[in-house]
Amino acid sequence: MRGLRTTALTVAAVLLIASLAGSLFARFDYIRQDRQHVAAGPSAAHWLGTDDLGRDRLARLLHGTRVSLLLAPAAAALSMLLALVFGAAPGFCGRFPERAAKTAIDLFLSVPWLFLLLMVRAMLPLNTSPAASVTITFLVLGILGWAAPARILLARAQSLRQSDFILLARSTGISHRQLVCRHVIPNLRPVLVAQFWISVPVFVLAEANLSILGLGVAEPMPSLGSMLRELESVLSFRGDLCRFAALVMLIVIVSSLQIVADQPEVY
Amino acid sequence: MRRTIAVASLLVAAFLTSALCLDELTFYVRSEPKTFNPALVSDDASETVRYLTGGVLLRLNRGTQSLEPELATAWKVSPDGRTITFTLRKGVYFSDGTPFTALDVTYTMEQLMNPALHSPTGDAFRSGAGKVSTAVLAPDKVSITFPAPVAGLDKLFDQVAIVSSQSPKRELAVLGPYYMSDYKPGSYVYLQKNPYYWKHDAAGRQLPHIDALKLEIQANRDIELMKFTRNEIQLINTMDADNFDRLARSSPEKVRDVGPSLDSEQVWFNQTANAPIPAYKLEWFKSRNFRRAISSAINREDLCKVVYDGHAQPALGPVSPANRFWFNAHLKPLRLDQNAAVQLLQQDGFQLSGSKLRDRAGHLVEFSIVTNAGNRSRERMATMIQQDLRSIGITVNIVTLDFPSLIQRISETFNYESALLGFVNVELDPNEQMNVWLSSSDEHQWNPRQKTPGTEWEAEIDRLMRAQASAMDDPTRKRYFDRVQEIVADQLPFIYLVNKDALVGVSPLLEGVKPVVLRPQTYWNIERLSFAAERPGNAR
Repeated sequence: MRGLRTTALTVAAVLLIASLAGSLFARFDYIRQDRQHVAAGPSAAHWLGTDDLGRDRLARLLHGTRVSLLLAPAAAALSMLLALVFGAAPGFCGRFPERAAKTAIDLFLSVPWLFLLLMVRAMLPLNTSPAASVTITFLVLGILGWAAPARILLARAQSLRQSDFILLARSTGISHRQLVCRHVIPNLRPVLVAQFWISVPVFVLAEANLSILGLGVAEPMPSLGSMLRELESVLSFRGDLCRFAALVMLIVIVSSLQIVADQPEVY
Repeated sequence: MRRTIAVASLLVAAFLTSALCLDELTFYVRSEPKTFNPALVSDDASETVRYLTGGVLLRLNRGTQSLEPELATAWKVSPDGRTITFTLRKGVYFSDGTPFTALDVTYTMEQLMNPALHSPTGDAFRSGAGKVSTAVLAPDKVSITFPAPVAGLDKLFDQVAIVSSQSPKRELAVLGPYYMSDYKPGSYVYLQKNPYYWKHDAAGRQLPHIDALKLEIQANRDIELMKFTRNEIQLINTMDADNFDRLARSSPEKVRDVGPSLDSEQVWFNQTANAPIPAYKLEWFKSRNFRRAISSAINREDLCKVVYDGHAQPALGPVSPANRFWFNAHLKPLRLDQNAAVQLLQQDGFQLSGSKLRDRAGHLVEFSIVTNAGNRSRERMATMIQQDLRSIGITVNIVTLDFPSLIQRISETFNYESALLGFVNVELDPNEQMNVWLSSSDEHQWNPRQKTPGTEWEAEIDRLMRAQASAMDDPTRKRYFDRVQEIVADQLPFIYLVNKDALVGVSPLLEGVKPVVLRPQTYWNIERLSFAAERPGNAR
């Protein structure tokens, strides 16, 4: 198992480094349209060929991976912060805040998130640059994705509140701040880390879903999701195998992160 | 007794053999027909059924784009444009055997103009307040009088399927080549040959040649394409460029590019006075020079080549060249000229600062284009326009929205800067575009619902459109509408991009198919289509 984990971590790290140093690999800007070579196959100039607008697929793949690998963890971190505030904190504070938080979380979980995302996306200002648009998309994902981890953190905080060692600590007259810092947060951390690593691939896929609907990252910025649209038609499967590059990359990234998420204690 | 059984067996066998040998043509409609009442048709699928089953007095020949007699052998429009008189064909019967009479024409018009029925077909005839009157002048002659002149009156009868006033089957008794024999909601509509259809071919054989049509309800175009490649369906009326090329590579004999269709794609800027956009942007958008500069900077040839794989033509104006009579052939092509674009912008005080364009007040020239999410062609066009305009220093942000949000922005809140959408034109007559060009109209997209026209050129368009609608002869109407096209090409309230080609799929097993750009592209002459004498068994 340790070997698998190491491999997954290595793959994720290599992909991150490759995407950060993308300009060294790709010879073209990811927005440059070569309209004379549209949907071209692999060549010495374009290693993965070009897309439907003649843009270098490798450059777009590396940039899209960078977008997903940097912003999905950021969104997951935001989500965890919200989950701590609205899940763990009320869970530890007492019965009334706990009940109120449970109700709020249940309400939030019952909302169809995709439609909520579409609604939020439609309400965004029109003149946002592609870079701002991709940041906003992940920010929205982070803001909307807190409820499921919050529920788990709430349950964990609730059990901590009623645990013997917390009662003992309280009976010694420890301050509330010390109690939280020394006993609660260290005991919540494994759940928090696990939820973080579970959320990262979920957000990568959520952005891909939005992009497939044409509502994710704005053109000309690439993302793994927007690149998956090259496979929109089932009949596209014929011929150009490089069209699968984004799908392969997404599978590799999500699988690596899932393997890491299954074993959070490595951290 | 034995002889009786033998004869009965032979008859049954003959019936079964003939049933199994039915020529059956199958194609897809993309949605469930909403109605089978021809007066209430408002959707494509219902229109398909109406076209195939309905008998009309006059039919627009989709090939020649001229009007031809059908159930009426002759017709005459009065000089004041209010009355039309038809001489009816004799010896014609509905699909259930009920005879066709002048009373049926009267009944059909009453149904169409019944205010309680809200007939979309009837709406086209509402020229003014007052009742429509019909008079049976002779058993084969009927006249219809409208309260006010109706421009292009005779052409409107192409949509009027005559219904029987006497048949117990009501609107299911039809005068067209087929009648509906079966309907399975969500699955198919089955049409069979009308045994009483009045038309015959040159050899004297009764039409139509094909015994039955199966209209399967299927929205998925990929499934349609797969079934077509397997010969399970024989016609595809409209195809996108990707699928067309894919099919052209494997089976070139099955696809046909019929040339530019009536449909257009265009960009427009929001010029609504109370739109929630900055005043300086509104000033840009209202400038003719700004709009012309944007138009000159767009590479339409590349849009046609890259987005439509060459199956589109750069658009010239509001009317496609496919509309042979109404198209103004004197319009000049909108050519790519980025130097001219920069000069036009400089005339309005815009200046390049580094690689960015700024207006005379120093504002960065940046705007957004909204289009509907999921439409790959429009998204690609917007991305190409983004790159074209970047080369003259303009930043474009592309915003794809789900369709309801988009419609709300462009029709209700006006919270958008520019939009990229298309017009689907079904009719040839300019009256169909009245709602787009009149400044008071809801559909006057760049600045709708104006109490008085905001500009002189919009006032002139209003005047010309009303003048063409009240003129009775087509050459005069065309003169007026040509001028409208010239004004639009000069002012560019809509920056026309491309006219998509009509791309169709036709099985080589079929004979007599003459695809055209007008709907229904492949089966407009359905009664003359037939299967080739030699064909594989799986084709049926």
